[in-house]
Amino acid sequence: MNALARSTTVKILQRSEIVYILALTDRARDGGHQPPGTRSESSVDDVNLREKDMTLRRTFLLGTAALAMSAVFSGPAAAQSTIKIGEINSYKTFPAFLEPYKKGWELALEEINKSGGLLGKKVEVISRDDSGKPGDAVRVAEELVSRENVSLLMGAFASHVGLAISDFAKQRKTLYIAAEPLTDQIVWNKGNHYTFRLRPSTYMQVAMLVPDAAKLNKKRWAIVYPNYEYGQSATAGFKKLLSAKQPGVEFVSEQAPALGKIEAGAVVQALIDAKPDAIFSSLFGADLQKFVREGTQRGLFKGRPTFNLLAGEPEYLDTLKDETPAGWYVTGYPWEQINTPEHKKFLAAYQAKWKDYPRLGSIVGYSTLMSAAEAIKKAGSTDTEKMIAAMKGMQMDSPLGKFSYRALDHQSTMGAYVGRLALKDGKGVMVDWKYSNGADFLPSDADVKAMRPAE
Amino acid sequence: MSFSAIFVQLLNGLASASSLFLVAAGLSLIFGVTRIVNFAHGSLYMLGTYTAYSLVQWFGGGIPGFWSGVLLSGVIVGLFGALVERLLLRRLYHAPELLQLLATFALVLIISDFTLWAWGPEDLLGPRAPGLAGAISIAGRRFPEYDLFLILLGPLVLGLLWLLLTRTRWGTLVRAATEDREMAGALGVNQAWLFTSVFALGSFLAGLGGAIQIPREPAVLTMDLSILSDVFVVVVVGGMGSIPGAFLAAVIIGVLKAMCIGIGNVHAFGIDFSFSKLTLVVEFIVMAVVLVIRPWGLFGRSQGAPRAASTEPPLNLPSPALQKLLLAGLIMLALLPLASDRYTLVLMTDILVFALFAVSLHFIMGPAGMHSFGHAAYFGLGAYAAALLFKHVLPMELALALAPFAAGLGALLFGWFCVRLSGVYLAMLTLAFAQIAWSVVYQWDSFTGGSNGMVGVWPAQWLASKTTFYYLALVLCAGGTMVLWRILYSPFGYGLRAGRDSPLRADAIGIDVRRQQWLGFALAGTFAGLAGAVYAFSKGSISPDALSIPRSVDGLVMVLMGGIQTLTGAVAGAAVFTWLQDSISRQTEFWRALLGGIILFLVLVFPQGIAGFIRERWEARSGRSEA
Repeated sequence: MNALARSTTVKILQRSEIVYILALTDRARDGGHQPPGTRSESSVDDVNLREKDMTLRRTFLLGTAALAMSAVFSGPAAAQSTIKIGEINSYKTFPAFLEPYKKGWELALEEINKSGGLLGKKVEVISRDDSGKPGDAVRVAEELVSRENVSLLMGAFASHVGLAISDFAKQRKTLYIAAEPLTDQIVWNKGNHYTFRLRPSTYMQVAMLVPDAAKLNKKRWAIVYPNYEYGQSATAGFKKLLSAKQPGVEFVSEQAPALGKIEAGAVVQALIDAKPDAIFSSLFGADLQKFVREGTQRGLFKGRPTFNLLAGEPEYLDTLKDETPAGWYVTGYPWEQINTPEHKKFLAAYQAKWKDYPRLGSIVGYSTLMSAAEAIKKAGSTDTEKMIAAMKGMQMDSPLGKFSYRALDHQSTMGAYVGRLALKDGKGVMVDWKYSNGADFLPSDADVKAMRPAE
Repeated sequence: MSFSAIFVQLLNGLASASSLFLVAAGLSLIFGVTRIVNFAHGSLYMLGTYTAYSLVQWFGGGIPGFWSGVLLSGVIVGLFGALVERLLLRRLYHAPELLQLLATFALVLIISDFTLWAWGPEDLLGPRAPGLAGAISIAGRRFPEYDLFLILLGPLVLGLLWLLLTRTRWGTLVRAATEDREMAGALGVNQAWLFTSVFALGSFLAGLGGAIQIPREPAVLTMDLSILSDVFVVVVVGGMGSIPGAFLAAVIIGVLKAMCIGIGNVHAFGIDFSFSKLTLVVEFIVMAVVLVIRPWGLFGRSQGAPRAASTEPPLNLPSPALQKLLLAGLIMLALLPLASDRYTLVLMTDILVFALFAVSLHFIMGPAGMHSFGHAAYFGLGAYAAALLFKHVLPMELALALAPFAAGLGALLFGWFCVRLSGVYLAMLTLAFAQIAWSVVYQWDSFTGGSNGMVGVWPAQWLASKTTFYYLALVLCAGGTMVLWRILYSPFGYGLRAGRDSPLRADAIGIDVRRQQWLGFALAGTFAGLAGAVYAFSKGSISPDALSIPRSVDGLVMVLMGGIQTLTGAVAGAAVFTWLQDSISRQTEFWRALLGGIILFLVLVFPQGIAGFIRERWEARSGRSEA
């Protein structure tokens, strides 16, 4: 009912805009046909024109009034018969990850409502595009909270957008579940009472790769990373953790290409010239594909074990097809090989609904909305403080297995799959993989407490 | 770096330079003849890559399939370009300057959504070039054969273009039109045909430049914008309209980037410096240096002053009726909180901020005649100054009050260099400075928070409610707008316009044109900074995108949409653009295409801008009643 009412408002709004624009076009056309010479001669025309101008002005005023009214009346809806969840993401900026993500939460939404909704009400997700800008994200967040009366916010892909929403949530005292942002800051040194985060962070995923790296006992390491916070933290984390495990390790070259603009040939050449024994990379997307192609052609990876965060995620791996660099150590998501009952159930439901296989984004979207639902269920209410209390230490079932949201820093203990890349039937797969539980790859509680601002 | 390493990095740089040159040559040709600043050039490049990917898949592997696919996609993009010129841009040659820029911006939006719709969101990695898939040994290193091919392709295309331009009749006409297109027209050259063919050739080069990338990089949806700034830099460094200049600039930038990567980290005098990180901004540093030393690029020449067609009518004082209307509008804005919900106020605060930003941009673009493509620098400087002052030392109110002056100082510094240039070169120098400022903010983690930016920049308690903050924004932004407008009617403002319309005469009657422009630039920067400071506190956080290129482009779009020749245009443009973005993105998945469509529609129906159109009607009416 409520959704119907809103969509009607939207329709009215659209119609008034169209009338307004049409009126203006009409005028333009009239003006165009008016021969300039005749202007001050015909008084009949004069009256006509004035009338037309009156009409224009009236239409203009009416249009403005209609807009103003729709702005006023589409305000807070009356008694809510649904539970609304606000979702914000950069759909047009990162479509490769976010289309599967959206399919993920849409599946979760369907499942929640099929099983009777929450607290006896239907659940509705109101989704907005932030066009990749934190400023826009904060504005639509305000819209979702004040106009749509959502019970909580979820979403975000890029770290700076996630941080902006998280700070907004703190200011507005609203629960926010960060879905994808990987930055460590969102739960640690810029963490707050109102923000929880689902995905294993940069630090955690680096920590998952370090044991294998240390086992190889290679002395000279070269590092390549996209030059922004994610790549910088991954690099700093890797250097720190590996040096602790393997004293005397050397980092002989560091390349920091701009995100999305790697000069792959030159970078690969510079790495070869540094004569490393092994390579650690946090590239992804187009940068990774260019790096792999140039690196393979120029023989960079021959005899050099290579570690790459995220490269096993279908979003990035599938593009490489038969050029997948075999033997790389990666974190990722081998969806076709996971045989746990919870994952099989998810996979069947996802493939039935979408006729497509899930990417890691699908898992993130699905689990974020499921976390929100669980928080509401456990709290028995949509009161922010009650939901926060419920989420602290909350246990979750997910397609990847059980995890929980830590009371200490609001980070989930969802893990990631760590394994090696291989080629099979002309496409890349992960082999020798294992699930690394996120809980095992976090700094000590004391360290976390020291980083997190006091509440 | 050993000698052989330097040599191989040189080859890497040349390979990158070749593909950059192809795309830049097309842009340079188009600009030289039609004077269109083609924002859609990157989109044509992207279409070339995607089309080539599909064609090569379709034709199957093998040498003929691959190369015919690559060539054909260039041709297809060329035809598409011709179509765009005939159906769209042709209608706009008599519109106020820069309006074509707005139309091509709309094309960027439409093409990017079209590509997403047609090819899907995932990156598409094409096959390697058959016959050139391997690597050969050079200086003890394996070097891809395809890169060698690219190194040869650049000079080859340069040679062909040179022959075309100097040895054919068509080329003579192109050069004549580049030199002086009115004169070429007066001598009976069929301009319509010439413009279409030049646009088609330029588009073909862009498409081909995209197509030859498939063995090197995947087709991704962001490649349109990521190459756009690079090719603009190449074209401007080389000198707009100069093909050899574009080639030289591409080589300089390509090689410099490769060398930065090759050098890597340097430890000297106790400081670590990463040349690899410098690749983020090196092309803009090159552009700034070149333009400061050579105001028309390496091989460019002074652009002849445009003839009468583009002089603007004088700026009249607003009529009493308009003044009443503005006052009524202001009163309505002041009363708005009585009748609106919280979100409307938030949206209106955004609109006010962008209105002041657009008005300050219009101040230098319109009356002062200096087109700025990097105005977001001052918006961002204001925002960051506010955030930094607030975080480190000052209460919010003082931070807000002082931040605009930080932006003003920045504008004073950058402006000193910029006002020495004119036209597109000035615009590109502002862009270069904006990018340099952006990269500093983006990299300086310990001070500005780096790419993640800063959070917790909220207004003081008494201003925290949305209504109070709305009033604060209203007072500052409407106030700022009025101050800027008032200045335009002061002797200083008249001097600015005199300097724009006739620098020589202005100089002769004792106006120091350059000084006027410099101060005007700084003033506009200060008010952009004010807008930025209000923006920072309205969002509670700030990140480098506040001074990025897209923000500058948004400002341009607002000014042009509203109408560059009217004062109120910037306000109307800011309001319509911000509101459209907000409401459209909620309605449809393909909102960017819809937004592009609406902008195209506005451009075609109101080439003089929204406010310009209303004024025209108004004047037509009052002109008649007086008679």
